[in-house]
Order: sequence, then C-alpha cells, then structure tokens
Amino acid sequence: MAIILDHVNYIYNPETAMAKTALKDISLQIPDGQFIGLIGHTGSGKSTLIQHLNGLMKPTSGSVYFNGKDINDPEFNRKDLRAKVGLVFQYPEHQLFEINCFQDVCFGPKNLGLSQKEVELRAYDALKKVGFPDESFYQSPFDLSGGQKRRVAIAGVLAMKPEVLILDEPTAGLDPKGRDEILDLIADLHENMGITVILVSHSMEDVANYVDRIIVMNKGEAMFDGAPKEVFSHYRELEEIGLAAPQVTYVMQELREAGVSVATDATTIDEAADEIMRVLGA
Amino acid sequence: MLRDITLGQYYQTDSHLHRLDPRVKIVATLVYIVSLFVVDNFIGYLIAAAFLLAAIILSKVPPKFIFKGMRAIYFLLLITMVFNLFLTPGEPLFSFWKINVTKEGVKIAVMMGVRLVFLITGSSIMTLTTTPNQLTDGLESLMNPLKKLHVPVHEISMMMSIALRFIPILMEETDKIMKAQMARGADFETGSLIQRAKSLIPLLVPLFISAFRRANDLAMAMEARCYRGGEGRTKMKPLIYHVSDYAAYLVAAAYLGVMIAVGIIF
Repeated sequence: MAIILDHVNYIYNPETAMAKTALKDISLQIPDGQFIGLIGHTGSGKSTLIQHLNGLMKPTSGSVYFNGKDINDPEFNRKDLRAKVGLVFQYPEHQLFEINCFQDVCFGPKNLGLSQKEVELRAYDALKKVGFPDESFYQSPFDLSGGQKRRVAIAGVLAMKPEVLILDEPTAGLDPKGRDEILDLIADLHENMGITVILVSHSMEDVANYVDRIIVMNKGEAMFDGAPKEVFSHYRELEEIGLAAPQVTYVMQELREAGVSVATDATTIDEAADEIMRVLGA
Repeated sequence: MLRDITLGQYYQTDSHLHRLDPRVKIVATLVYIVSLFVVDNFIGYLIAAAFLLAAIILSKVPPKFIFKGMRAIYFLLLITMVFNLFLTPGEPLFSFWKINVTKEGVKIAVMMGVRLVFLITGSSIMTLTTTPNQLTDGLESLMNPLKKLHVPVHEISMMMSIALRFIPILMEETDKIMKAQMARGADFETGSLIQRAKSLIPLLVPLFISAFRRANDLAMAMEARCYRGGEGRTKMKPLIYHVSDYAAYLVAAAYLGVMIAVGIIF
C-alpha cells in the first residue's frame, strides 16, 4: 500500500519553443501513514508533481504506481483513485459552487455514486472533522471568512474518505491564526485518521513542526529527501536555492559560533529550548 | 485540453514580420482578405498562395503550429463545402438519389474552401506575430479619425486589450477549477448531453465568481492609480513607422494592384 514514482519526467508544451521541463527523473516512495512536507520555490515543480499522484497529469515518461498498479494504465479506474488520493488545491475555496456548505461537501461523495444517506453522513462527518460550526452548515459558502471557506473545501475532499491527503499550500493567504488552525487541523487528521498526508509549502517554518519527512524540490528535481533534521543540516544549500531552514536552526548555529556548545540539529522551538537548557544546566 | 487552441494566439520569436508596425499588419491583413474576394480564378489564387507562403516563411512561425490552430475550423470548412457542393444549381455533373452535384457547385465549393483556409491562415499569421497589446494599439491608432465622430476609440481599444489579456488568465483558471473538481470526482467527459451540461455547473459558477472578482480588483487598481482614458494620455511605446513599414505598405499595395488586375483580365 503505497505510491511509487518511477523515473517520472514531465515536459510542458513538448516540441515547441515554449517547452519547459517541470519534472526531471523523479523517483520516490510514499509509504502509508507518513506525514510528508514537499517544499520548493515557486515553479520548482511541486504542484506538477502532486497532480501526477492522482492521475490529473500524465508523465511524459516514467510511471506512477498506486498500490502496485500503474495508474496510467488505460484499464485503471482513475475515478476511484481520485477518491483514494484526495487532492486539495491551492486556494481551494475558489472551487466552491453550491448554495450551501453542506451541499458543497456532498459533491465529492455524490460523484462516487454512493446512496443519498451515505453521502450526507460522510459530508456531516467531514464537516465535523474539520471543526466547522453546526450553525453554518446551511450558510452560503460565499458568506464565510477565508479560513472557514478553506475548512469547507478541505472537508469536501475528506468526505471522499481518502487514504492519502495532499494539500497544496493550504495556508496561503491566511492570517497567522488561521494558518496555525489549519496546520493543527491537518496534523490532527493525520494522527487520528492514520492517513498519509503530503503537505506542499514553501515555508520551512510551517512544515518543520509537523512532518516526519521533507522532500525539497528544485528546478524539477528532488534535491533532498529525508528527516527534517537531516534536510535542515543542508541549510546553506537551501539558502542558495532561495529557501531557508527554520529560524531556530540559525539561532543554534550562532550560539555555537559564539562558543556555546549546543547541538545544532534542533528543528522546533521546543527542541531548541530543551537543548539550550541542557547545555546551560550542565 | 484547452491549451490546444492556437487560433488567435501569439507566437514568441524574432522575425521581420514580428518587428513590423502593427498598423501595417492590420492593413495588410485587410488587404489580403479583400484580395481573396476580388479574384475568382486559378491564377489569382496562385498569387494569393505565394503571398501567404512568403508571409509564413518571413514570420518564422513553424507551419505545424499555424495549422494546428486550423483544427478548430475543420467543421465549419466541411459544412461550407458540403452545402455549396450540393445546393448550387447549374449544369449537372452526376446525381444520385435526390442529390445533384453540379459543375458550378464543385467550382464554388472548392473556391469557398480555399478562400476560407487562406483567410484564416492569413489572419492567424497576423495574430501569431503581433502581441494583443500591439494589436489594440494599432487598432486605436487606425481608428483615430473616428474620434471626430465622437466614437470612444480609446475606451473601445482599452476594453479590447483587457478582454484579450483576460483570455489566457481565464483559460488557466478554467483548467485549474476543472482539475479541482475532477479531484472531487467530477466527470466532464462522459454521460448524456443533459448530464454533461449539468456537470458544467461546478465549473461555471466558480469561473464566473472568479471573473467578477478579477474584474473588480482590476477596476479598483486602475482607479487607485487615477486612471482616466483618452484625452492627453501618452504611450510608453508610441507607434512609429520605420522604413521597413513603408516598404511593407508598398508590397501590400502592389499585391492588391496585381490581384485587381488579375481579377479584371482573367
């Protein structure tokens, strides 16, 4: 049970003057239950990559396997795949269209051909999971605040009961409070439902606190792939491609340079605090 | 899927045609279209074909790219030719069942087909070599005399350039929303006609909302910068004729002269 990418290449507008390689020889394994941060600069190929995972895009060469089956095989049921690999696009609130939030969340499960009862049950369940208030269920989605709209949109994908949830910059355009709420919500979904989560972001800060694994994309290639500590140890290379390690990494580096013998691999504020306390206490 | 439409698109490269003043290109395209209708004989079309071929070569746009855009008009072409072929009265060539094919019909069908293909190819060479902004600038400057008749020329061209500017944006937006809904299991490709029309609702509602939002934002941004069109407004890149532009006018005039002569003589 996993997603495997085998030497995937993707070229936009092949054979024209505008041809542009978006993915270069990507080979990845995404096992069940992992929480992955996919990081990269604008135009690094993150969005292109995730659209390959649910068959919205077809690789120019190479293959994508879901649970051992090639998803671009003509026989393969892609509609079923899209239910299992839920993709929440950037600014997902732009896709809302129904007269009320509940109806909108029903759209996904209804497309799966479930019974009316099951559809409504799932929609209710999904809205509850994202912490959407009961009294707003029958409000027009267009009257909600940005953060609430986003919850509805995420619920719209969750209602399909995906095994893998992919979110493309779920915090873009939200205020700090909305951002933390959405990130906590995602971490919660990962923990309680045991689903695989792939979180696309260009902010290390967002990702460092939550994920087990980070994949750094640069110019269509997977540049680094590993545990946060490991990836952040390459902070100089990350800077070169316009990304940065979390601020605590820099604090620890500077402390060390100033002669405090702390370990520099802390990625969260809590870890850093513990490490400093350990050194000072000793 | 939507990206396959190349009709009316701009092809980025550097060629003599790309560098010509947009006014010249608009006038030359009009001349070309008119010329297609003043001749109705073989020699005339041969000259028109030669002119078109020269323009294609000069434009440096790959022919494959030009004809890819033609796919959209195949159906129109087919209907035009079929109607002319079967519904023109005259000397019967052969007939079966209730359908008569006449000599005149064949001639007109072929002529209309050729005209249509030349017309579309000719005008797509103009749009392929001219950016939408240049095009509207050119139109504005060509329509300037109409200002005396109180036609709001600047406003019209401004609306045109905004509309043209929004086509790729809305196309991208459509693509994005379509994918987002497909990720939620929407199906735009199968089902009966009514089902397919219904399946467009999840696409059209968000698209309209986003179009209105963008229009609103743009209006706001223009107002914030105190935009007011027309009178006294200068351009960042004013249109200036160069020697090559006059030469191109001469070529177009000569071409029209030859075509009219051919039309009269043969």
